[in-house]
Amino acid sequence: MNSEISTHSGVSLSSNSGVCVAKIKGDLDHHTAKFIRGEIDREIASARPHRLIIDFSGVTFMDSSGIGLIMGRYKLMQDYDGEVIIASPPDYIRKVLRLAGVDKLARITDDISSLIPKEKSPEENKEKEVTADEQSTAAAN
Amino acid sequence: MSRVRQQPINEMKLTFPSYSENERFARIAVSGFLSQLDPCIDELSDIKTAVSEGVTNAIVHGYRGTVGTVLLQVKIFQGGRIYIKIQDKGCGIENIEQAREPLFTTAPEDDRAGLGFAIMETFMEKVRVKSELGKGTTLVLERTVKSRKSRL
Repeated sequence: MNSEISTHSGVSLSSNSGVCVAKIKGDLDHHTAKFIRGEIDREIASARPHRLIIDFSGVTFMDSSGIGLIMGRYKLMQDYDGEVIIASPPDYIRKVLRLAGVDKLARITDDISSLIPKEKSPEENKEKEVTADEQSTAAAN
Repeated sequence: MSRVRQQPINEMKLTFPSYSENERFARIAVSGFLSQLDPCIDELSDIKTAVSEGVTNAIVHGYRGTVGTVLLQVKIFQGGRIYIKIQDKGCGIENIEQAREPLFTTAPEDDRAGLGFAIMETFMEKVRVKSELGKGTTLVLERTVKSRKSRL
């Protein structure tokens, strides 16, 4: 699932084995936060993850609306006995997070590889595609 | 001599309707205008964040449920002193002291963190607020910007 509000901002969401990754892109302010939190909340309601990773590596600006978004998702994830992890915030966003004390609510990390269930290797994916091609070829024959 | 009596060396003023789309426009306008001072990235980030908080307050709280005009004025003084005024003619703030308290918000349902003033006070050197119920709010932010050239 991939959702965009405009060419400037948006969120990409993926859920796998109880872990939801929300990768935010562009500016995170009051205007864009309304849309982004709606998309994240829909994904949480449907996937019911035990871990929500909010990836800030693509965020170009954030004010206290971003803090509100994190705190709101923190409360929501508590209802599912889940946790929120903040991934790869740029330095100026870390400054806002520290000021708000969000680092006491949610873990901040630059390496989420160990927190996400392993995806299939390219070879496995390739194999899957090949198999699908073979099946359609077989069906055509 | 008081700083407020000095003549600015440059200034700009703009008005826009209180649409949330204009939050981004406001901070980009301020950032573009201040680029003539050649500020460092950290300073510009701080100022953009403070402006975003001030303009969002005018839109979310000043004109809640309605659309009005937001005025944004920036003045540059000698020595890199900057003055930013954000004004609305909205509902006004009933209790300014309470509004400035960290985590206080009148819009928790909208996921407002109540940190707007705390951020403005941290990122700017001076924050002044004047407000009158039913007449609106004027916010003034001040800070001195040191150009990157002067640091070399």
